[in-house]
Amino acid sequence: MDAICVKGLTKYYGRTRGVEDISLTVAQGDIFGFIGPNGAGKSTTIRALLGLIRPDAGRGQVLGLDIGKDREAILARVGYLPSETAFWPGMRVRDILRFSAGLRRKDCRKTAEALCERLRLDPARRADRLSLGNRRKAALICALQHEPELLILDEPTSGLDPLIQREFFAILQERNRQGVTVFLSSHILWEIRRWCAHAAILREGAVVAAGPVDGLIGSGQDPEEAFLRYYEEAHNGF
Amino acid sequence: MVFKHELRQGRTSFLVWTASIAALLATCVLLFPEMEGEMAAAGQMFASMGGFSAAFGMDRLDVGTLTGYYAVECGTVLGLGGAFYACLAGVSALVKEERGRTAEFLLTHPISRTRVVTEKLAAVLVQITAMNLILLAAALAAVKLIGETIPWRELLLLHCACWLLQAELACLCFGVSAFLRRGGAGLAMGLAAGMYFLNMLANISDRAGFLKAVTPFSYCEGADILAAGGLNAGRVATGMVLACAAAAAAYLRYRRKDIY
Repeated sequence: MDAICVKGLTKYYGRTRGVEDISLTVAQGDIFGFIGPNGAGKSTTIRALLGLIRPDAGRGQVLGLDIGKDREAILARVGYLPSETAFWPGMRVRDILRFSAGLRRKDCRKTAEALCERLRLDPARRADRLSLGNRRKAALICALQHEPELLILDEPTSGLDPLIQREFFAILQERNRQGVTVFLSSHILWEIRRWCAHAAILREGAVVAAGPVDGLIGSGQDPEEAFLRYYEEAHNGF
Repeated sequence: MVFKHELRQGRTSFLVWTASIAALLATCVLLFPEMEGEMAAAGQMFASMGGFSAAFGMDRLDVGTLTGYYAVECGTVLGLGGAFYACLAGVSALVKEERGRTAEFLLTHPISRTRVVTEKLAAVLVQITAMNLILLAAALAAVKLIGETIPWRELLLLHCACWLLQAELACLCFGVSAFLRRGGAGLAMGLAAGMYFLNMLANISDRAGFLKAVTPFSYCEGADILAAGGLNAGRVATGMVLACAAAAAAYLRYRRKDIY
């Protein structure tokens, strides 16, 4: 069984194209990179997988469950970090973590505490007064604390300082070794190159290449240049 | 979980609105002994001011009595103040998640959208009910303070009508908010004020009488309630049907709404 399987996924926002005829497969236990320039449709694909938007066409499965019918069952087994993080005013980090765990009907206090320590986040701080980086940390802990089988992370390192980034990837590797699948959406090329075994490259709402990261780069090529070539083709397409 | 969270999030707004309306209401009642004599004399003048008197129902009420005074003066504070709060609470319950960009966080937890809508609607109705109980307590305490006998039946009927009015308006705004992505506060205030003026218009002109069927303020009319000794069941039923239809629209829309 694949962790994610999407076929012909299409979504338009009125006349604006979100994604068109996306098909991709993510094997269980993989760290999969989802890469593409801004506006390529990465977040749209993720939102469709999580039931936030209804696709116009196509179908998909997450952990063997249908994205149209089994939304709640999927969400119970997935940890998601959105690209933008916002919390309700007046709440402290610990309230947010407790609220998130409560919605999942789980007691995640021990894991949350350990993650706060590793990511150096004070749970007593007011969430609406946190810096961008600390808000991302809080959202990351919400995505990780219930120990999901699949992690879907949209631009996870934006706003995180290098030390925390290192700790974050260490956590991801630990989870991956325990069998967790990681779906990492990013436009930071070295992240995909360094951490992902497989990747899909998105351009103008369509998957233009997918497969092992080494294969996408090509033998003997500079990895950065290889990825940038895909990007440039995308920009030339506009 | 969402229900408790909503109550916590709406706490400040609830306290500010409840305290403000309760203070105004109690002040109105406490002023009655001073106004009583003047009101008795002014009552006839008020009753003969044509359209103006009709608009506020003063042509059918004796403002020299506590119940008449309460229905006109306090009824306006209670009706308008409560309506504004109910509309704001109703309209913001759903739309605030998209406006504050918290919808994505909330709706990627394993909780159905039906449950989110149910718990948010329940929180709005509980807040309105709690506010009305506090306002009733404030009114009763103020009447006791001025040494008057509490007109239980009349007071309970007036407050019950206001509670129903607020529930209807909150549901209407809640239904509308499911279709919005931003804002909504102006629309909510406009709806409350618009409904109030529609009722005034219906009071002034016979030709606009049909508006009584549209505006929930029609079954909150103190003069009608005191004269009939009860609420107009037909108008209340129409209002509740509209409220249920609006709530149903919220469910239907929000379950299929794209969140981005």
